[in-house]
Amino acid sequence: MTTPTSTHEKRRPRLVVGLGSCGIAAGAREVHRHLKGRLAAEPAWDVELAITGCNGMCHREPLVELHDADGKVFLYGDMTPKKVDMVLEKHLRGGEPVERLLLREDRPDSSAGAFLAKQRRIVLRHCGTIDPESLHAYRAVGGWEALQTALTRGADWVLSEMKKSGLRGRGGAGFPTGLKWEFTRKAPGDRKVVVCNADEGDPGAFMDRSVLESDPHAVLEGMAIAAATIGADRGYIYCRAEYPLAVERLRRAIDQARSAGLLGAGIFGTGFAFDIQVKEGAGAFVCGEETALLASIEGRRGMPRPRPPFPAQKGLWDLPTNINNVETYANVPWIIQNGGDAFASVGTEKSRGSKVFALAGKIRRGGLAEVPMGITIREIVEDVAGGSSTGRPIKAVQMGGPSGGCIPVDLFDTRIDYDEVNRTGAIMGSGGLVVMDETTCMVDVARFFLHFTKDESCGKCTFCRIGTTRMLELLEKICAGEGAAADLKLLEELAHQVKNTSLCGLGQTAPNPVLTTLRYFRHEYEAHILERRCPAGVCKALTTFEITPETCTGCDACMQNCPVQAISGVRGARGSYVIDQKRCTRCGVCREVCKFGAVKTH
Amino acid sequence: MSVDLTIIDEILREKGTGAEMAIPILQGIQEHFRYLPLEALEHVCAHTEITPSQLYGVATFYSQFRLSPVGETIIKVCHGTACHVGGADTLTETLENQLGIPDKHTTPDLKYTLESVACVGCCSLAPVVVLGTDTLGKVTPRKITDALAAHRGAHGGKDA
Repeated sequence: MTTPTSTHEKRRPRLVVGLGSCGIAAGAREVHRHLKGRLAAEPAWDVELAITGCNGMCHREPLVELHDADGKVFLYGDMTPKKVDMVLEKHLRGGEPVERLLLREDRPDSSAGAFLAKQRRIVLRHCGTIDPESLHAYRAVGGWEALQTALTRGADWVLSEMKKSGLRGRGGAGFPTGLKWEFTRKAPGDRKVVVCNADEGDPGAFMDRSVLESDPHAVLEGMAIAAATIGADRGYIYCRAEYPLAVERLRRAIDQARSAGLLGAGIFGTGFAFDIQVKEGAGAFVCGEETALLASIEGRRGMPRPRPPFPAQKGLWDLPTNINNVETYANVPWIIQNGGDAFASVGTEKSRGSKVFALAGKIRRGGLAEVPMGITIREIVEDVAGGSSTGRPIKAVQMGGPSGGCIPVDLFDTRIDYDEVNRTGAIMGSGGLVVMDETTCMVDVARFFLHFTKDESCGKCTFCRIGTTRMLELLEKICAGEGAAADLKLLEELAHQVKNTSLCGLGQTAPNPVLTTLRYFRHEYEAHILERRCPAGVCKALTTFEITPETCTGCDACMQNCPVQAISGVRGARGSYVIDQKRCTRCGVCREVCKFGAVKTH
Repeated sequence: MSVDLTIIDEILREKGTGAEMAIPILQGIQEHFRYLPLEALEHVCAHTEITPSQLYGVATFYSQFRLSPVGETIIKVCHGTACHVGGADTLTETLENQLGIPDKHTTPDLKYTLESVACVGCCSLAPVVVLGTDTLGKVTPRKITDALAAHRGAHGGKDA
C-alpha cells in the first residue's frame, strides 16, 4: 500500500478494506459490513469507506487501511469487528494509532516491512492500492494512458519497446512476448484475435486470480495494446470458473471500459476497434495448454492438438491468435508507459523484469510477492516469507506446480531466472511456490502430483494417459510400504517415456515432480522401500505415532484435537497421555497441535 | 422428475444456439438445476446446432458438470499443494465420517455433497474447506466438525 505523505491540507479521512478472495475468506466482508454500519451510525465522523484488492499480505488478512486527515496512511492487520471498534475509538476519534495492531510497512525490521523490502512491484503496482471496481480509480493512476500512447506512436514502436523490454511469457514457458506478437502481426489474415489465458489451474498458484481481482483494467489495457499492435478486433479472456470474484470484476471492468469508449469502435478517436468477452472454463486443467484452451472456447472438449501450426498462424476458428497469460498482459501498460529499457533494467540478462510468486506452505508470511528476477530462492523463503512457520527446518520448495519440481534447501542459492531454475529440473512455471519442512514426505508429494496429472490427463496420448496411471500405481505401492528396489528404475523409465511421447506440456512435464524428488530425495524413496519407513511420518502404512512421556506436559491439546478420540490421558498429569494404536488413523493432527514436540513418529 | 423446458428455452435465447455455445449453455442449465438433467440436454440438441455427441462429450469432459443431482449444500475440500501438505486428506476423512458418505457422494437426504477439488486458490490460508458459500481457512478436523454441526443446526439438518 502507500507510504505516508505529508501535506498541510486537511482531507476527509478514508478507511479502505482489502476485499480479495483471501481477505474475504479471512472475514473481510464481515469487517466491511461492520465498518459500514458504524460509519452510518456516526455521520459526524465524515469518513469515506472504500474497498481495494489484495496487497499480497494474505497472512495478515483482513486488512484495513486508515488515511487520516493529514494524508498519513496506517495499515491494520488481522482485523475483526472488535478490533475495528478499537481502531475507530482510539485512532479515528482519539487520534492515537493503535500501535499493537499496526503493520509497519515502512520499517524493514517489522514483519510487513520485511515482506515488502525485497519486492519490486510492476504487475502488482495497483493491487491493494486502488478500488478494482472503479474505472475512475484506475484512470487516476494513469490507467488506459498506455493504450493512447500505443495508438499514437504506432505498432512498430510498441513492438520495438516490447522486444527491448525482454518480457517473457509469465504463464510458465517463458517465450519472448514481443516475438510472439510479431509472429501474429505478420501472419496473413484480415481478422485476428487476442486471447488471455486466465485458466490458472496449478494447485498452489493464485497470482492471476489476485491480479484479476485487484487490477482488472490493467489486464484489459494490456490486451487492447496487444490487439492494436497485431491488428486484432476481438479478445477473449478464458477464466477459471472457480474464480467467481475475478469473473465478476472482469465483467464489470469490461462494461465500464465500453461505456467510456475504451473498448468498442473508434477508441481514442482513432480507427481502432476492439472488444473483449469473458469465457468461463469448466474445470479442466489441460485447458491451460493453449491449443486445448482454444478448443474449449470453440465449445469442444479441451484437448490439445499438434503444433505447428502455432496459434499465431492458425488459432481460434483458424484465425491468427495471440495468447498470453494474465501476468504477461498486466506488465504491458507499465512497459509502454515507462519504456522497454526501464523494464529490462530489472532482473537478469535472460530473464528481465519481475515475477509474482504465490507463497504458501510452512512459512510465516504466506501471500503474493513480486520480486525482481535474479533474487535467490533463499531470499524469497527467508527474507520475504520469513522462514519456517513451524520451527522445524525447511527441506525444499516446490516450484511450478504439477509441471515443476522440488528444489532442496542446499540449492536455495539458485537465482530466479528461467534457465537457472530449469537446470534444477524444476521450472519457473506460473509462480506457485510451496515451502515444505521435514514433516513433508517427498514420495507423498510426488504421489500427490501424479494423482493430479493422472486425473487431468485428457487421454489423447497413450503414454500420458496410461503412463501416468502406471507411475501413480508404483508411487502408491511405495507409500503403502510394498515397494521393491526395481520400482525406482521402472519409475524413471516410465517418466522419460511419458515426457518424450506426449503432445502437450501436461504430459511432457508431468513426470517432473517424480524426477526431481528421485534426484534430490532418493534416500526417502529408499527408506520407504528398503527400511519400510517414512522418514517424514506421513505415509500411514509406515508410520506409528507415539507420545513421549518425558516431554508430555499433560496439556490435553492432543486429546482435544484428535478427530477419532484415539488419545486418552489425565489433564495436568505429565506423561499420562497415550495413543490407542487401533483407533489411530495416523492423521498427524496431534503432532501439529503439540507445542512441546512430545508426539514422535517412527 | 420432469424438467421445466421453458427455462432451457430462455437460456438458449440468452446464450445463442451456435456450436461454440455448448459450455455456456451447460453452465446456464447447471446454474439453474444444479446438475444436467437428461431431458434438458435432449432439448438443447433438438434446438441448437449442437449434436448429442458434442454435448455429451463436453458434459463428461469437464469436471464442473454433473449428470446427477447434488445436495443442497456442497462441501468442497481443497486438495491443492499447500492444502495437501497441510492435511487435506484428514479433513476429507473427517467429513466422510461425519456425513457417513464417501468422497464425491451425496447424503441420502440430499442435504450435503462432499467433493474434493483441485485448488480454490487461497493457498496461504491452507488447508481450506468451502462449506456452501463460506470459505474456511486454516481448518482442523475439530474446526470443520464444529462448522458442520453449526451449519446443520442453522439449516435444519439432522445431527450426526
